[in-house]
Amino acid sequence: MSEPAYTRSELMIAAAARELAHQRVCFVGIGLPNIAVNLALHTVAPDLELIYEAGAYGAQPARLPLSIGDPTIVTGALAVMSQNDLFGLYLQGGRVDVGFLGAAQIDRFGNINTTVIGDYASPRVRLPGSGGANEIAMHSRQVFVVMRQSKRSFVNEIDFCTSPGNSPGGRRGPSVVVTDLGVYHFDDDGQMRLDTMHPGTTLDDVHAAMEWDVHVSPGLTVTPPPSDEELRLMREVLDPEGRYIR
Amino acid sequence: MASLHDAVAALVRDGDSVAIEGFTHLICFAAGHEIIRQRRRDLTLIRLTPDVIYDQMIGAGVARKLVFSWLGNPGVGSLHAIRRVSEGPDPALELEEYSHYGMVGRYIAGATKLPFYPLRSYEGTDMPAANPHIRPMRSPYGDESVYVVPPINPDVTIVHAQRADAAGNTQVWGLVGAQKEAAFAADRVIVVVEELVDESVIRADPDRTVIPSVIVDAVVVEPYGAHPSFAQGHYDRDNTFYVEWDAVGRDAERTAAWLDEWVHGVADRAEYMERLGPVARERIRPTGPALAGPIDYGEYR
Repeated sequence: MSEPAYTRSELMIAAAARELAHQRVCFVGIGLPNIAVNLALHTVAPDLELIYEAGAYGAQPARLPLSIGDPTIVTGALAVMSQNDLFGLYLQGGRVDVGFLGAAQIDRFGNINTTVIGDYASPRVRLPGSGGANEIAMHSRQVFVVMRQSKRSFVNEIDFCTSPGNSPGGRRGPSVVVTDLGVYHFDDDGQMRLDTMHPGTTLDDVHAAMEWDVHVSPGLTVTPPPSDEELRLMREVLDPEGRYIR
Repeated sequence: MASLHDAVAALVRDGDSVAIEGFTHLICFAAGHEIIRQRRRDLTLIRLTPDVIYDQMIGAGVARKLVFSWLGNPGVGSLHAIRRVSEGPDPALELEEYSHYGMVGRYIAGATKLPFYPLRSYEGTDMPAANPHIRPMRSPYGDESVYVVPPINPDVTIVHAQRADAAGNTQVWGLVGAQKEAAFAADRVIVVVEELVDESVIRADPDRTVIPSVIVDAVVVEPYGAHPSFAQGHYDRDNTFYVEWDAVGRDAERTAAWLDEWVHGVADRAEYMERLGPVARERIRPTGPALAGPIDYGEYR
């Protein structure tokens, strides 16, 4: 079997970007989500306005920022906002269509842990905590999670719930999860459902990389690989140094 | 007007609660280093994002407690000096954590003399169980329940800014974070600026003023005082520094050696910048100007 002409990261970015079709206001994360959002801006979501958590709305970064705090997100933006305006008026006020989250652990309902591994009072690993994640999860119309999948991260019980997941009949957590193995959405009972598997991935691979017996869509398909144009944008325009796409 | 040495000596005391704010932008590393140099102890450090500056300060042993919402080296990874004292059994550092909006609400309640600040965060999570100061409250106007957070009033807030006049009327452009709320919440305020300007410059553009002189106790002029964070229009974020700090912070001995060389081993920020050298200065120079167009406030006599 020949090597695919793209990396796992490029596939994850392209899959996440396509999910952003026709969205308007997106709260950007750093790393893969940042490239996914900028790819969507060039392809399926030309009207997307980027919000960076540090306080820029309608940002047009002229270079790939290392962190969400970077002067390039300010120069040429439509607005800068205080943290109070960002979290009060924009996020809690319901003006954000899509937010991106990462996770150290996630469960079948999309409950997310970014706080500690182990016991809270004497943790084995101290993680960053909520930051804005709790608010992004609760107040964005849709929440995208982009993360690599393993038995340590896709678990039956997370050690700490930092950001809420979904429940039967009600969504308040993630709506899309893109991993290195596939793309998931959520069923009416609030549980994650595998909708596409990446090329070359088997159901055995998926089951081996999570603790629970996941819902699988009856219409399960293969994730379309990145197009030539998507690859060109990622490699030549969005991440020419290959920091995140390799 | 004061030197940073004198401002910290007079206004930051052992046991104080101290907020050095600035959301990724305008983080006053110079003041943090001065606090380390003067060997303050038992501080409660307050910040939404502790960042490398609190990793350095906590690595230097100035604090007993940290109040925060996101504990990381942005774009890089962990803050290892802080992790060393907050993991395992009986961690030495006390942590009190909120979400970003919770921290902002605490400053606002503190600044506006409210007993609490309500927000729609936390429902369905373990955060209220981990921090008993995050409490549910029923709306007096209906059946809804929200969470509330308590006010916070730092003994001292330190704000870095692009410019101020000699009285302390302070202007910021670019990301403003929660600097204003943290300053108004504090008992004492130190303002550290890149540039001292005449009062007429402030008056020519009052929209840009975030902190009025009436709440300011000391004004310090300290160019590059926010390095390795950035000052919009003055210098770039020194990402190389943030990336390289990862290896330094991971190792207690390397952290101590770094502090010896770059904090205890220099008298002030000017000497620090001299030691940093021309290559780093060149690295953080903006690639060009991006001027705002002039606006007309009009004259009304």
